[in-house]
Amino acid sequence: MSIALHLPALQVVIPLVSAPLAVLVRRADAAFLIVTAASWAAFATAIALWLGTGDGATISYAIGNWQPPWGIEYRVDRLSSFVLLIVSGMAAITLPYSRTSIEREIPHEQHYLFYAMFALCLTGLLGITITGDAFNIFVFLEISSLSSYVLIALGRDRRALMASYQYLVMGTIGATFIVIGIGLLYLMTGTLNLADMAGRLAQVGGTRPVLAALAFLTVGISLKLALYPLHQWLANAYTYAPSAVSAFLAATATKVSIYVLIRFYYSVFGESLVFEKLPLPEIMLLLSLAAMFAASAVAIFQHDLKRLFAYSSVAQIGYITLGLSFDSVTGLTASIVHLFNHAVTKGALFLLIGGAVAAVGGATLSRLSGLARVMPLTSFGIVLGGLSLIGVPGTAGFISKWYLILAALEKGQWWLAIAIVASSLLAVAYVWRFVEVAYFREPSADLATRREAPLGLLVPAWILVSTTLYFGLETSVTVGSAANAAAMLLGIGK
Amino acid sequence: MKHDLILRVAAKLLIPFILLFALYVQFHGDFGPGGGFQAGVIIAAAVIFYALIYGVEAARKAMPDRLVETMLASGVLIYAGVGLMGLVMGGNYLDYFVLDRDPVLGQHRGIFWVEVGVAVTVSGVMLKVFYMFVSRGRDPE
Repeated sequence: MSIALHLPALQVVIPLVSAPLAVLVRRADAAFLIVTAASWAAFATAIALWLGTGDGATISYAIGNWQPPWGIEYRVDRLSSFVLLIVSGMAAITLPYSRTSIEREIPHEQHYLFYAMFALCLTGLLGITITGDAFNIFVFLEISSLSSYVLIALGRDRRALMASYQYLVMGTIGATFIVIGIGLLYLMTGTLNLADMAGRLAQVGGTRPVLAALAFLTVGISLKLALYPLHQWLANAYTYAPSAVSAFLAATATKVSIYVLIRFYYSVFGESLVFEKLPLPEIMLLLSLAAMFAASAVAIFQHDLKRLFAYSSVAQIGYITLGLSFDSVTGLTASIVHLFNHAVTKGALFLLIGGAVAAVGGATLSRLSGLARVMPLTSFGIVLGGLSLIGVPGTAGFISKWYLILAALEKGQWWLAIAIVASSLLAVAYVWRFVEVAYFREPSADLATRREAPLGLLVPAWILVSTTLYFGLETSVTVGSAANAAAMLLGIGK
Repeated sequence: MKHDLILRVAAKLLIPFILLFALYVQFHGDFGPGGGFQAGVIIAAAVIFYALIYGVEAARKAMPDRLVETMLASGVLIYAGVGLMGLVMGGNYLDYFVLDRDPVLGQHRGIFWVEVGVAVTVSGVMLKVFYMFVSRGRDPE
């Protein structure tokens, strides 16, 4: 038995097995060790898979030795290995952080259940990314969604229950739409294997059930990825979830949904159907612009830092879908690169805010006044993350925006390039709100007694902050993978 | 219903047969309708029936919370373990063909243990849900 051959299966199985093990041991510290070890193993597996797809190779794995298209196929290419890297990497960093952070947020006797749920959520997200089977996508989507509802409901604020319920309703509608779309595709093609489906769709492309499937999938997945105006669930979910969960979900859940959208558009339906025969690019362009401006504007007026950055997430997702709407290699590269850059940036921000919440007791801006005096490292990290959201050169966010603007100019759309810059100014405004509160106000007497966040929270957060800076300067890994993936999806350079 | 003699006696008579029927559904699942999920539900139904007649405390004594929680986790482990056995025996994950020298027997063996895992988890989850609902409003939380 050679381990290397079975990496695609192990990628999902290791976190999956760690979940019941965490329940069986029933002890917080043992569960923590099991799940963290599993997430690191998953990260190592993802790195190995990413290296394995370096030359544009596709790794195919037949579950149960039932050959595709009959059996379930796990399929790793440049794009999915890149997303696997994001998801497992974020889990590997968030889990050590969660050990300290959930101490205050979740009753101790529930900690082992938290880790089990986290492992299941990770399993689901990795499974969605790695599988090459349409129905399997839905199954893993449900695994990740159900566990994330539980994780959000664990927030110590009672409003977390409401937020989780809201997400459950919206998420279930989204999942139902997705399964209807998959059902229609199965009806028209008789297969569930994505690659096989793509081949057979060529004969029935453009028929009404296929168009209906495309519509159902687009709306369903857009709900899950919080495309404006389907983002209503996101703000509450991110605000009231435990800090570690906010960070992990903000960094991965919406990104994986965008991956699914890209997968269906480019690998199943094909760009000629999606982008040439339908007005989908125009719709997506408008919604992306609405997200970039409206959500950023809403973010400026928030009183809670977590909620502020939740709305900023909606705006940033707008950039990703904007890149999609260009239907060009550069645009797609910008989208895929921003999956990574935004995951790292938002992950860092939510981890740092979690540290502030642990020390101060809340994330409302009024409570955080003078934070920089008391918690200089946390505040400085949030500022650096904010700079990356704005897209200042030297940060990861700049790279994504650079490619986005290049893609707009390639299409000859000057006004879009201006719009991208203008919406970045809105990001300046909401990041400035934090800077003003934290750096230019005196700390309250109560806050002055608090100390910097513990190392258990600072170290993972600062690893992500430095990743943000590192990938703002060194782009061969991120842009290289994204450009390869984009070329592969568009069928160029094979 | 502690004093309802007829119900108590009828329940005591019926429960073994319900459990036996669960086993039939479990093992006949290879050849006809049935399988681990249905069998797991029937096992849980037997325990819930017992709880309805004899009280939740008695049911909790027979099937303690800890056992239920162990069941719902270990079923998944059994399932995943079958998959990993496939790896160990030199096949792919969840590959039943390699579980026996005869591939058909291997398929039988694989699905048998997978269904055992499903039954264990499903009955565990059913009972956990039941216990959580009946204990609502009793705990201070």
